[in-house]
Amino acid sequence: MWDYSEKVKDHFLHPRNVGEIADADAVGDVGHIACGDALRLTLKLDNDRVVDAKFKTFGCGSAIAAASALTEIVKGKTIDEAEKITNQDIADYLDGLPEEKMHCSVMGQEALEAAIANYRGYEKAPCEEGTIICKCFAVTDKVLERVIRENNLNTIDQVTHFTKAGGGCKSCHPDIQRILTEVRGPAVAVAVAPEPAKKMSNIKKMKLVQETMEKEIRPVLMLNGDDVELEDIDGDTVYVTFQGKCAENPNSKEKVRNTIEVKLKEFVTEELVVEEAS
Amino acid sequence: MSRTVYVDNNATTRVADEVVEEMLPYFQELYGNPSSMHTFGGQVQKRLDEAREKVADLIGADPSEIIFTSGGTESDNAGIRGVLESNPRKRHIVTTRVEHPAVLNLCRQLTRHGYELTEIGVDGEGLMDLEELRAAIRDDTAVVSIMHANNETGVIFPLEEAAQIVKEKGAMFHTDAVQTVGKLPMDMGKSNVDLLALSGHKLHAPKGVGALYVRRGTKFEPLIVGGHHEHGRRGGTENVPYIIGLGKACELAKEYIKEEQERVRSLRDKLEENLLTNVANTKLNGHKTLRLPNTTNISFEYIEGEGILLLLNEAGICASSGSACTSGSLEPSHVLRAMGVPFTAAHGSVRFSLSRYSTGEEIDYIAENVPPVIKKLKDISPYVKEIEELEQKAASTVNRG
Repeated sequence: MWDYSEKVKDHFLHPRNVGEIADADAVGDVGHIACGDALRLTLKLDNDRVVDAKFKTFGCGSAIAAASALTEIVKGKTIDEAEKITNQDIADYLDGLPEEKMHCSVMGQEALEAAIANYRGYEKAPCEEGTIICKCFAVTDKVLERVIRENNLNTIDQVTHFTKAGGGCKSCHPDIQRILTEVRGPAVAVAVAPEPAKKMSNIKKMKLVQETMEKEIRPVLMLNGDDVELEDIDGDTVYVTFQGKCAENPNSKEKVRNTIEVKLKEFVTEELVVEEAS
Repeated sequence: MSRTVYVDNNATTRVADEVVEEMLPYFQELYGNPSSMHTFGGQVQKRLDEAREKVADLIGADPSEIIFTSGGTESDNAGIRGVLESNPRKRHIVTTRVEHPAVLNLCRQLTRHGYELTEIGVDGEGLMDLEELRAAIRDDTAVVSIMHANNETGVIFPLEEAAQIVKEKGAMFHTDAVQTVGKLPMDMGKSNVDLLALSGHKLHAPKGVGALYVRRGTKFEPLIVGGHHEHGRRGGTENVPYIIGLGKACELAKEYIKEEQERVRSLRDKLEENLLTNVANTKLNGHKTLRLPNTTNISFEYIEGEGILLLLNEAGICASSGSACTSGSLEPSHVLRAMGVPFTAAHGSVRFSLSRYSTGEEIDYIAENVPPVIKKLKDISPYVKEIEELEQKAASTVNRG
């Protein structure tokens, strides 16, 4: 069962501002039933100030709570103030959301963005432009860039928890990784890797190596029909066995070995070397 | 919470009082190691043998064909890996797309270790095509693993027909019977099944104990290598109190099979009929009759499952859902998707699974509590128009009929 805060439970069991404003000045529709959640936000404005907000949502407990929280937050705000509301504000208002459910707060933020665009007479919210990266959940590069930036995301897993992108067939993982690197740049490595000056404990190193193998390295290799298994870690030497296509060819093995080493150096520590297990 | 109405018995069951009572002496009085030479330990071996007889008796097997394990997942792993390792030249596996993760994820993982996998699909009612199975088996197929009944829908596969085909083709047949042992009568003596996995906590024994049936004469390598326990087929000192509990639970299950088939089935039917008639836009997932007597899986269209569960939880009702939000992944149930259930229905699927402890009063309580929950979520939903269209369509169909 999800570990929801009391605030989330309260907003789920007693959602505020349920409904649809008939003569709304702004409407924001996001999500789709096929994706598991959808939200319709309607706003009434007076002199560029939100005087009423209502929502209708299809979704899990936290999606309902996030939408309810959003309507409470946005009421009374000017349109310029509303524009600055982030998904983190929604999550904070609810005393946090489980990380796997952060996409509910992102959906709220997107609905607000769409409603504001609608009020200002744009055809589409700026976030809806761009190229679709995740085909399973129809997430564009523009959305990914913004959410990664605003929430300081570092890993594909985090991106999936916040936007759902990459949570279906996983074929977009290399693209998500590319956007992560573009947006966060070398910061990704810095944020994940501990202070370089500090000596890492063996346990921590092993754990990080394992995590990096599972989350960063193997998903990418598997897309090319390659795979690798972590066999042992002895000091700074990581022993692996090669599987899949690359296992048949010494050149491919070396290429894969090099890829792994670069990634491990980036995510864990500079000292690491990768060797084939005998 | 004022009361608990537990209808999630395919997830786990309450341990029977008789089982607990039977287990207790083995913690502090009869705590010896059955492998010991002294009488104090040795006397436990006899009780272990009795438990083995009871498990064997429930499924019509010989006691020597029963290996105790830590549960259903270990039994599945031990069964499938056990025959793969003893037939190293055969590198092909056949299973279905609707297996429990204990089988499906294992088989998929094995494809990264040089095995090829064929996954057989199911139709809209969750049934498999035996001809598709026949066509899938190759000369190098080592093992076919097909569940007896599905944990989510309760749909029962034609086990013996499948086993017959597998035997003719010369492969080994493994079945995950975790949901059926104790609910359906079985006779391994007359069966073509080679390996069968069962789990204690699905039949009112505790979690952490199970068994694997291995037909006599089957080539089998142990998954857990250790001492000579279980005739060298599963290392590790036997989990004596739990095995004693499993034995007792199997003895009880044999007595209760008739009750499962009659009283539990009629309660399930009553609940199902009530919800399908009294709540608009509902439909049954899975074949109407080829199904476990205790399980019903109903889709509430355009309503999201986690919301339903959380609101039912407020009323003390414990059920489960195939919605994406409850699965921890972002996709709804792989079983419902394999059946081609549309997203609008898969996200709103709820499974009620009963047990011998379920009462008629509880069923009435659930039937009373579900409609307001659905109404509440419907009132929040942006899909009002779609819901009303469906309702009108249903109403006009009824009028025409």
